[in-house]
Amino acid sequence: MLAELQRGARERVVSRRAGLTTNYAVAHAVKAVDVDVVAVYPITPQTTIVEKIAEFIHGGELRAELIHVESEHSALSAAVGAAAAGARTFTATSSQGLEYMHEVLHIASGLRLPIVMAVPTRALSAPISIHNDYSDIMNARDTGWAILIASTAQEAYDTVIQAYRIAEHPDVQLPVMMAYDGYLMSHTLEPVELYHEEHVRGFVPRRDRRNVLDVRSPITLGAFATPDNYYEFKYQQEVALRNVEGVLREVEADFAARFGASYGPVEAYRLEDADYALVTYGGAATGNARMAVDMARERGIRAGLLRVRLYRPFPSAPIVAALAGVKAFAVIDRAIAYGSPAPGPLYKDVATALYMEGLTVPGISVVHGIGQRAMYVEDFYGVIRMLAEGAGTGKVLFLGLRE
Amino acid sequence: MTVKIEVRKPAEYAVARPPIWCPGCGDYGILDALRRALAELGIPNEMVVVVSGIGCSSQLPHFMKTYGIHGIHGRALPIATGVKLANPDLTVIVMGGDGDGYAIGTNHLVHAARRNVDVTYIVSNNQVYGLTTGQMAPTTLKGVKTKSTPYGSVDDPVNPLALAIASGATYVARGFSGDPTHLASLIKGGIEHRGFALIDVLSPCVTFNRVNTYDWFKARVYKLEESGHDPSDLMQAMAKALEWPTMDPYGRIPIGVIYRAERPTYDGEMSRLLKGVSPATSQIDNALSEGPTILKSFI
Repeated sequence: MLAELQRGARERVVSRRAGLTTNYAVAHAVKAVDVDVVAVYPITPQTTIVEKIAEFIHGGELRAELIHVESEHSALSAAVGAAAAGARTFTATSSQGLEYMHEVLHIASGLRLPIVMAVPTRALSAPISIHNDYSDIMNARDTGWAILIASTAQEAYDTVIQAYRIAEHPDVQLPVMMAYDGYLMSHTLEPVELYHEEHVRGFVPRRDRRNVLDVRSPITLGAFATPDNYYEFKYQQEVALRNVEGVLREVEADFAARFGASYGPVEAYRLEDADYALVTYGGAATGNARMAVDMARERGIRAGLLRVRLYRPFPSAPIVAALAGVKAFAVIDRAIAYGSPAPGPLYKDVATALYMEGLTVPGISVVHGIGQRAMYVEDFYGVIRMLAEGAGTGKVLFLGLRE
Repeated sequence: MTVKIEVRKPAEYAVARPPIWCPGCGDYGILDALRRALAELGIPNEMVVVVSGIGCSSQLPHFMKTYGIHGIHGRALPIATGVKLANPDLTVIVMGGDGDGYAIGTNHLVHAARRNVDVTYIVSNNQVYGLTTGQMAPTTLKGVKTKSTPYGSVDDPVNPLALAIASGATYVARGFSGDPTHLASLIKGGIEHRGFALIDVLSPCVTFNRVNTYDWFKARVYKLEESGHDPSDLMQAMAKALEWPTMDPYGRIPIGVIYRAERPTYDGEMSRLLKGVSPATSQIDNALSEGPTILKSFI
């Protein structure tokens, strides 16, 4: 019944089905939500997003001000200024660009500015790599931004639209970062259903009631906070970020009703009766893990997949619920948390979430796809086999490493 | 009596691996000119460090048989400053593009110039972001259409030479990679000069800049040394620096040494404070002199 309703809704809202890279899908979403100010600096693999936005402005399809600033530090700073002045603001970057923005990431979240940023992820220097992994995002995970990780071009398009509703929600008022695989998604074509823009604008209306810089009602943003009140600002920021999971569910319910699609904070695949689970994020790792799960099922191993879409705030409850019943799990990380108790950043979060609920499900930390090292379905199938053969907590795997 | 004079060849600074730039890229001219300048000065390979940032031209250290550091976008000059301070005996060449030096790293240009750090900074100025395949750069002329400015750039370009002079650089020159012999003489002059040298090089991007081509520059460049310019005159130098692109972005473009002055260098001042002994090199020298002893312990 719901599925039929959703199909009906979709037919009404979809304007056309196009072959788009995820970067272009993001640019289409930015146009659809009618942003006011875009501030960027070129970096591979982000650049084609802003090229497309420039084309939209040139063609009169988007009335937005675009500034090509002199660095990523300036890009996010200009976005901070624009958002502080009340504009709907967008920026995008990758890799070193996100690193260079780092101190401004804290300014944007501390000032509670609803900026949306797209991050086609990329490995970090040194040595130089332009290829994909998630090291850049992982360094930004504790900056107070909401972080969502998309796994398809369609999801990235939908997520940017949802991101403005979440960011501008009165219980949130925080910046949102939307990440996805650089190159593997940013530069590969997928079918994407684009919506009539009046529907998108109806979904993301300008109801932003924030305090903005306005001479008629002057305020100061970011003024000095003494030890008597600094802590309260930071506590409120933590509370607001934790509100994101509930707000996301609320926003997605409305999105599902209007556009016939929803994703949730996490997505499960064949997990209901699974003995062994793979936990992933992003496009390539998730796609390969899905095929590995199918391969295991064909061979009689009850495997399932949990994809984490909302990374910050960390959706502990659905993750714990999904993993509580499995015999063992493996978290596939596409970044290295150097010198940590386990090398996988997501693994550490999952393990902490389970521990906080008093659960000790055996789980292993797997690192793969660093600097876009090829990840094979067989690699992930091998992990499931290992779990089935009794590999448990304490095991660490660096898959795909040359011997 | 015969005196043996060692003549070095530019090829002695080349690695076996060919550059990966597009055929026709202006950076070939810069690479050729740099090797020629080093050969003419006879500087031993192991005494040269080439530091770069990020960009097409920043790959140049890969093609030099010298020490090299391929750093991070915009930060070549601070890295080079560290190298020069640690070991002032080294010849430090800094290589980067206009995006690296005149956008994300502009502040370092200002401060390296003001401190008069004794490095030679070569900027491959192609007026476009080439590595990211053709967006507006800080040097793109106003009105030029690029992938990021399909409506034509609304920004005015930066004037790096006027900026360098105003910041305190003591050797400021502009070359053209279509004239590598002339460019080699400018680079050689920059290396010989004691102090901060900026050599801005008009270096056409044949793939992503269809406006500022070799022909475009050939029709506009003229040599300062043939036009009675006095590079020691600060006001004359500033006037020449402002000629292009500030005064007339489509007018004639002076190439050659625009400004040259003598002023104490940063490493020179530090050396004076430390009574001529560099802490790092003295340790290196000690380690080398102790070499045989250390080796013996392994036998």
